[in-house]
Amino acid sequence: MAVADTEFRAASETLLAPRAPRRKANAGQIARWLLLFAGGILMVAPIAYMISTSLKWPHEIYDLALIPDEPHLENYVYVLEDGRFYGWFINSIIIATITTVSNVIFDSLVGYTLCKFRFPGRYIVFIAILSTLMIPTEMLVIPWYLMSQSLGWLDSYWGIMFPGLMTAFGTFLMKQFFETVPDDFIEAARIDGLNELQIWWTVAMPLVRPALAALAIFVFLGNWTAFIWPLIVTNSVEMYTLPVGLSSFGDEADVQWELIMTGAAISTIPTLVVFLIFQRFIIRGVVMAGLKG
Amino acid sequence: MASLALRNLVKSFDRTEVLHGISLDVKDGEFVVLVGPSGCGKSTTLRLIAGLEELTAGEIEIEGRVVNNLEPKDRNIAMVFQNYAIYPHMSVRKNIGFGLRTSKLSRAEKEARLLEVSGILDMNDLLDRKPSQLSGGQRQRVAIGRAMVRDPAVFLFDEPLSNLDAQLRTQMRLEIKKLHQRVGNTIIFVTHDQIEAMTMADRIVIMKDGRIQQVGTPSEVYHEPANIFVAQFIGAPSMNLLSGTADGGAVRIGAGGGIELGVAIEDGRPVKVGVRPDDLRPDGGAETLVEGEVTVREPLGPETLVHVGTEHGEVIAKADGRTPPEVGERVKLSARREAIHIFDAKTGNVLC
Repeated sequence: MAVADTEFRAASETLLAPRAPRRKANAGQIARWLLLFAGGILMVAPIAYMISTSLKWPHEIYDLALIPDEPHLENYVYVLEDGRFYGWFINSIIIATITTVSNVIFDSLVGYTLCKFRFPGRYIVFIAILSTLMIPTEMLVIPWYLMSQSLGWLDSYWGIMFPGLMTAFGTFLMKQFFETVPDDFIEAARIDGLNELQIWWTVAMPLVRPALAALAIFVFLGNWTAFIWPLIVTNSVEMYTLPVGLSSFGDEADVQWELIMTGAAISTIPTLVVFLIFQRFIIRGVVMAGLKG
Repeated sequence: MASLALRNLVKSFDRTEVLHGISLDVKDGEFVVLVGPSGCGKSTTLRLIAGLEELTAGEIEIEGRVVNNLEPKDRNIAMVFQNYAIYPHMSVRKNIGFGLRTSKLSRAEKEARLLEVSGILDMNDLLDRKPSQLSGGQRQRVAIGRAMVRDPAVFLFDEPLSNLDAQLRTQMRLEIKKLHQRVGNTIIFVTHDQIEAMTMADRIVIMKDGRIQQVGTPSEVYHEPANIFVAQFIGAPSMNLLSGTADGGAVRIGAGGGIELGVAIEDGRPVKVGVRPDDLRPDGGAETLVEGEVTVREPLGPETLVHVGTEHGEVIAKADGRTPPEVGERVKLSARREAIHIFDAKTGNVLC
């Protein structure tokens, strides 16, 4: 009994003892927090203003107050009732989805080939692909346009999509990730009787899922937000993508910012969905689980 | 008919020749271990057999047919890799069944085969687990299962135990040996661990610098080493080597007594005298070979390793575990004549 009493007293003293004072944050830490806070504000502010503007009346647009005086959903009703919006939305969905699937398949095929096969000129091919990253899009737009014109692809899905169906960046990214896949996996599958295409699909691709997810997010967002090329290659309003279509809300005399911001706010939804779907795959360490323990 | 025959295999990487003519016949059902230090060409030999590397010259026969130009999948072999190479995104069931993907067996036959193999490996309860949920030993068994399920003519093992801890390695060694006795397939097993080689093999192939040094049973390579390399590579601790000179039909170590040679060697020829620590005893009985002072004792329980500093260098002898000589004690070391090996000092080859 005496022992229990002593233990109880000791425990009470420990619990009731005044807490040790918190270590004071030093100046460096405060500076870091301030920097992060400023970065956070910089990231969130445009989104907050986009949503805020989409809830404003036209006369309030140039009032920088974040909270509208009379918030309303009329802009959403107007945009969603405008038949053009759905067409642009579907165009963007089709284009972003096809280019994403195409990049995931072809970038990884080329990356895998450059990484896992030994053939003469492999290094030169890789450098040639990489070197295309140094050419700015602005320089490519005219040749792309002439090509589209020659092939009859102007104002069509093919015309909008073809420059982005495969990217040097994606190929580079996938090649680097395939480097992390041990050759033993590939050789084991080769001995087990799979052909090279089966090995790529069944063994190598699941092992680079994090890279595929990252690539899919990059490509989808890139094509979803693409503006210059779709603007150049499309003529008819029906073929506009969402960014091009939204920019058409307005004319030289008047830009309807509240409608543009409403459309932009709606158009972020698919990008969020894509990110939420793929982000769970961006987990490293999956590859190592099949190796030595 | 040999299950596997290697005829004068040569392999070069760019202009560097790494295998210089490997020839070996492996009988059906035999367990052959390729052993040697890093870079000796044992793994390259295995990869050539598997078809994962292209031959520079030579011929490989499996079950009597030349397979030089066949793809790995058409050679009727299965391989277990050093890193297991089991697919992390597949369950144990899918991993083991992976080898049957291209098989023409019916679904039911495949399932039966899978269950048979998982039963042999005692993995029936683990079939739905992912590799990340398995221990190192269990992953190794999955890798073996994937090889077994195809029922190949030859199993190739590329240092499969090197990533396991000492206890598990001993256990898996025994399991693989039992498995071989049970299924009876031909096995080519690569390792750099001479204990693994000695305990598992029907025959051991000892390699160095892309050449075979000796092929023999564990007993042969231990008791009748073909050269100094084999003598020192096999056995732990290594064989003691003392410098001597041929003199009148005997070998003299320093000014000491002669060891009868039994073969004719010209007088004055330098030789190396090799004696395994197991055969070098401080308790006398035979003619003294060397003498010196005990510097270190390493008790092993039933026996004690005794390091003895002699005027010809340090040697290791084995003494009784209960009454070993004390450190600092002067001892006379002797060995039976049949336990003494004489090597040519220049070529390293055994003379008698």
